[in-house]
Amino acid sequence: MPDFLQFCVSGLTVGAVYALVALGFTIIYNASDVVNFAQGEFVMIGGMTTVFITAAGVPLHFAIPAAILAAMVIGLLLHRLAIEPARGASAVTLIIITIGASIFLRGGAQIVFDKQFHSLPAFSGDTPVMIGGAAVLPQSFWVLGGAAVIVALLWFFFNRTLLGKAVLATAANRLAARLVGINTSFVVGFSFVLSAAIGAIAGILVAPITLTSYDIGALLALKGFAAAMLGGMGNPLGAIVGGLAVGLLEALGAGYISSTYKDAIAFIVILAVLFVLPGGFFGRASTERV
Amino acid sequence: MRALLAHRLAAPVAIALIVVALAFVLPSNFYLRVAALVWISALAVIGLNLLMGFAGQVSLGHAGFFGLGAYAVAVLPAQFSLHPLLALLAGALVCGLIAFVVGRPILRLKGHYLAVATLGFGILIAMAIANESWLTGGPDGMPVSRLTLFGWRVRGASTWYWITGALLVLGAWLAVNLVASPTGRALRALHDSEVAARVAGVDVAHYKLIVFVISAVYASVAGSALALVNGFVTPDSANFIHSIELVTMVVLGGMGSVFGSLVGAAILVVLPQVLTTFHDYEHLLLGLMMMVIMIVLRSGIVPSLAALIRRTRP
Repeated sequence: MPDFLQFCVSGLTVGAVYALVALGFTIIYNASDVVNFAQGEFVMIGGMTTVFITAAGVPLHFAIPAAILAAMVIGLLLHRLAIEPARGASAVTLIIITIGASIFLRGGAQIVFDKQFHSLPAFSGDTPVMIGGAAVLPQSFWVLGGAAVIVALLWFFFNRTLLGKAVLATAANRLAARLVGINTSFVVGFSFVLSAAIGAIAGILVAPITLTSYDIGALLALKGFAAAMLGGMGNPLGAIVGGLAVGLLEALGAGYISSTYKDAIAFIVILAVLFVLPGGFFGRASTERV
Repeated sequence: MRALLAHRLAAPVAIALIVVALAFVLPSNFYLRVAALVWISALAVIGLNLLMGFAGQVSLGHAGFFGLGAYAVAVLPAQFSLHPLLALLAGALVCGLIAFVVGRPILRLKGHYLAVATLGFGILIAMAIANESWLTGGPDGMPVSRLTLFGWRVRGASTWYWITGALLVLGAWLAVNLVASPTGRALRALHDSEVAARVAGVDVAHYKLIVFVISAVYASVAGSALALVNGFVTPDSANFIHSIELVTMVVLGGMGSVFGSLVGAAILVVLPQVLTTFHDYEHLLLGLMMMVIMIVLRSGIVPSLAALIRRTRP
C-alpha cells in the first residue's frame, strides 16, 4: 500500500506537468486549429531561463517572473513571425512550421544556455513529508498546487472575464466571432502567450525534481500531445484528465510491471482507449459534411 | 514541355535522370554515400507520401516499419543465417502483415487521433528494439553482415549508390502506377471526402488498409537498404524523431508529389551535412529553414513551384 501511494504521488506530479502541456496544446488548438509541437519548448525555456538568471545572482522570486515573461515574449514572436504569416495554410503545413520552431528554439537554447543538465533548488527544502507511508517531496506539492491554481485561474478567466469569453467565442466560430467585433488575430496571439506562460510555469515548478536541459521539450510535447488526445482534443478537462492519466500510467507501470517499458504501457493504454473511444475520453463524435 | 511534365512517368524518369547525372558529377565517395542516403530516405518518403499525400492519412509511426526492416537484415542473418536478401523480403513481409493487422483498427481513427495512435504504435516498436538486447544489441545497435550476391561481395560507395538509386527509381515507378490505377483513384476520392467516396461505392476501409500496407513495405525495404549500406543498425532508425523527419520530408517536398518526395528527402538529408560546418548553429538554422520554406512555399516545394511556373507562363 505505501508503494502504491508512492507511485501515485510521483505519477500525479509528472502527470500535472503533462496536463499543463496538454492544456497549452488545447488552448492554442481551440483558438487557431494549430497543433503546436513547440509547446514542450516553453517548458524548457521556463526552467532553463530561471536556472541561468538565478545563477547570475538574481533571487528566485525575481527570476521566476522574468523567465515566464521571456517565454511569453517567445510565444508572441512564434505567433507573429511563424504562424501569422502562414495563415490559411493547411493543418499539416502549420504542424511542420511548429516542429521547425521547436528545432529552432532548441538550437537557440543550446547556444544561449548550454548542453548540460541543470537543477533548481527546491522551493521549500528537500525533507520528504511522510503521508500514509509514502515519502512525498515538498516540491511535489508545489507542482500539484501550482497546476491546481493555474486550472482554477483559467476556469475563472474563461467563464468570468470578457477576454476569456472572446477566446471561447473565437474557438467556437472564428467568422462569427469576428462579426461580433472580436479581434480574432489578437485572440490567437493571446492564446500563444497564455500557453507559453503555462508551459513556462510547469517547467519552473518541476525543474527541482526532474532536472532541465535544452532538449527536454520534444519528449514533453509528445507526452502532452498524447495526453491531450487521450482526453479528447480541444477539451480542457480532457487535457487535465489525460495528462494525469498518462503520468499515473507511467508511474504505476514502471513500479509494478517494467521500468524500461513505462512509456510503452502508457501508449498501449492510449491505443486501447482510442480503439474503444475514437474521440478520447471527452471528445465529441464528429460528423463530416460533404 | 507542359505535356511532358504532366506525363504519368515524368517523376520516375526525372528521378532516373538525376541518379545517372549525379553519378558523373559527384566528386568523391563521401558525396556518393550521402546521395545513397538520400535515395534510401526518398524511397521511404514516397511510400509515406502515398499514405499522406494521396490517401490523406497521417502516420507518425513509420520509422517503426523502417526500423523493423533495418533489424530484419541485421537479426535474421545473424541468428538464423538467412541470406540478407531473403531477410529483406522477410522484413517487408512482416511489416506488411503487421500493417495489415493493426491497420484496420488504427485507420478507423481520424486526423490527430490517427496521428497519436500511429505515434504510439511506432514508439512501441522502437522501445522493443531498444530494450530487447538479447536479440537486437539494445541501445548500442548491432553489426549487419555484408551482402554477397552469387559470391560477389557488394561493397563500396559507388556500388551502393547504383543499387539504392535503382531501388528508388523502381519505387517511384511503382508509386506513379499505383496512383494512376483504380486504387489510386479510390484513394484520392477518400482523401477529398470519406463520406462522398463511400457513397460513390468506394470501400474506404479496404483502400486505406491497402495503402497503409504498401507504405509500410516501402519503409521496411528502405530500412533494410540503409542497414545494408551502413553495415550497422541502431535503434535511432526506429525512434519517433525519425518518424517526424519522414513526415517533414513529405510535407517539405510536397504532399502528393512523387518527385517532391525526393526533394524533401534531399533537403533533410543534405542540409544537416552542410550545416555541420556551422557547429552550434546547426539546429537553429535547420529549424529556421524549415519554417521559412513552409511559410513561403506552403503546399510544399515541388507543388508550390509548379503552381508558380504555371501562373507566370500562361
